[in-house]
Amino acid sequence: MVGFWKRFKADKIALIVSGFLGIVVISALLAPFISPYDPTVLDIGNKFAEPSTAHWFGTDQLGRDTFSRILWGGRVTVLLSIVTMMCTIGIGIILGFTAGYFRGWIDEIVMRICDIMLSFPSEVLILTMVGILGTGIVNIVIATVIAKWPWYVRMIRSIVIQFMEKNYIRFAKVSGCSIGHIVRKHVLPGAIGEIGVLATLDTGSIILNISALSFLGLGVQAPTAEWGMMLNEAKSIMITNPQNMLPPGIAIFLVVAAFNFLGDSIQEALNPQLDKSYKIKRQSIFKRKKEMA
Amino acid sequence: MKNLVEVKNIHKSYLKVGMNFSGTRIQVLNGVTFDIEEGLCVGLIGESGSGKSALSRLILGLDKPDKGQGTIHIQGQPVRQWIKKNPGKISVVFQDFASSVNPMYTIREAISEPLRASGQRGNIDAKIDELLQKVGLFLDAKDRYIHELSGGQIQRICIARAISTNPKFLVLDEAISSLDVSVQTQILDLLQQLQVEMKMTYLFIAHDLQAVSHLCNKILFLYKGEIVEELHSGQLANVQNHYAKKLLGSVIPFEI
Repeated sequence: MVGFWKRFKADKIALIVSGFLGIVVISALLAPFISPYDPTVLDIGNKFAEPSTAHWFGTDQLGRDTFSRILWGGRVTVLLSIVTMMCTIGIGIILGFTAGYFRGWIDEIVMRICDIMLSFPSEVLILTMVGILGTGIVNIVIATVIAKWPWYVRMIRSIVIQFMEKNYIRFAKVSGCSIGHIVRKHVLPGAIGEIGVLATLDTGSIILNISALSFLGLGVQAPTAEWGMMLNEAKSIMITNPQNMLPPGIAIFLVVAAFNFLGDSIQEALNPQLDKSYKIKRQSIFKRKKEMA
Repeated sequence: MKNLVEVKNIHKSYLKVGMNFSGTRIQVLNGVTFDIEEGLCVGLIGESGSGKSALSRLILGLDKPDKGQGTIHIQGQPVRQWIKKNPGKISVVFQDFASSVNPMYTIREAISEPLRASGQRGNIDAKIDELLQKVGLFLDAKDRYIHELSGGQIQRICIARAISTNPKFLVLDEAISSLDVSVQTQILDLLQQLQVEMKMTYLFIAHDLQAVSHLCNKILFLYKGEIVEELHSGQLANVQNHYAKKLLGSVIPFEI
């Protein structure tokens, strides 16, 4: 893993993107301390204010400070989607690795359960779950996890199976390495890149999913700030005040894009064959040969 | 001479792809029986699809024979049990060298893996140096990744890794088939020299008769899942089986 960090640090996009996501997550966590206004306090007299030093991103149709709402909204949107992702990936890794590593009847059972779950359209499943559990943020997370895990188990299982066919894993088995060692040293580092790409790509869709459910009134309830909800509120006044769509729209766009870039960078850094510093090393050997000649 | 490996009446079949419910199976091995004496090099030769790789997987304990259909014993114990008790005493070199070493491993990590698995501690670095010298590689290779090495070099790494734990029994599963001819000779010579030096027993699986007759004391001909002929390397002229004859006849005569 030493090589991974070396290559990750050499990748400028990876650094910028992870720095950006770090700032987003930290500012979301610290929202109660750093946001200049209460995100739910109305100030009708000051509605549709232009961006200024007092209100960095202006105010919305009810006079609430948009910057504060973006900060508080990040708490819900970004943190919840990360939590959702962690839960799904966790279930996916545990079941996918078990099924892919051991195969046989364990694999059959896990896969048939997945097939059953996957035969329901995920939107319908989420709506039903929310209907049973009741509206609310926590219930949305539970419903999304239940709807998404079988898909992840399938993907991760097929990634693991693809690795189990490799000769170096056969060799490790023959030379008496433990299951733990093989999973930790061979399968996981190989699979984590693809899993990371899956996860970062899907975090984007989960952000959109949470926003959509909030729009339907099933998720986040009205005064609470949430990016998707802000976007939907702004939609109703799009003709008169289109600028209100920009802050939440750009926030969602940047965060989703950043997650996608991060996925690519992780994949590149995990693969020594894509090593950029290696090319530089070769060049210098070439130069040295020239000097010697 | 004592038998190291005893393969008795092995049957192996695989489920046809997509036939999980109908249970249609393809029979790969039909009652294979042979022994490998200690210290010998036994060649296993056969065309593609004859069951060579399936057999090697069974002997390495990576796969099980069909239920109740034959046994494989090493020194009188079932394979899997023996491997568990003697980690590192059986080893393998594969044909496809590109997937034989984890691309995320440096050569140092790759070679030290079986050493650590067999419980060796202490000066592993010195041991790696010694192994690299033994297989004729430069010591700088230690910190390289496999994509920085050539095919012949990677196969040498695989051999170094395979012999690192002083195995009793080495399975060479088409170990030289995907190398070019000049490198093949080098690797064959290296294998021959190592066998004498380290008193290993080889199972040399190949489809190239010349290489097999060069290295092996005994040659088994595998055809459609059965051993059709068993010969000592001096007796190649006494071939009885039709398929083995055809195979011998197909060797390109080396005349210029």
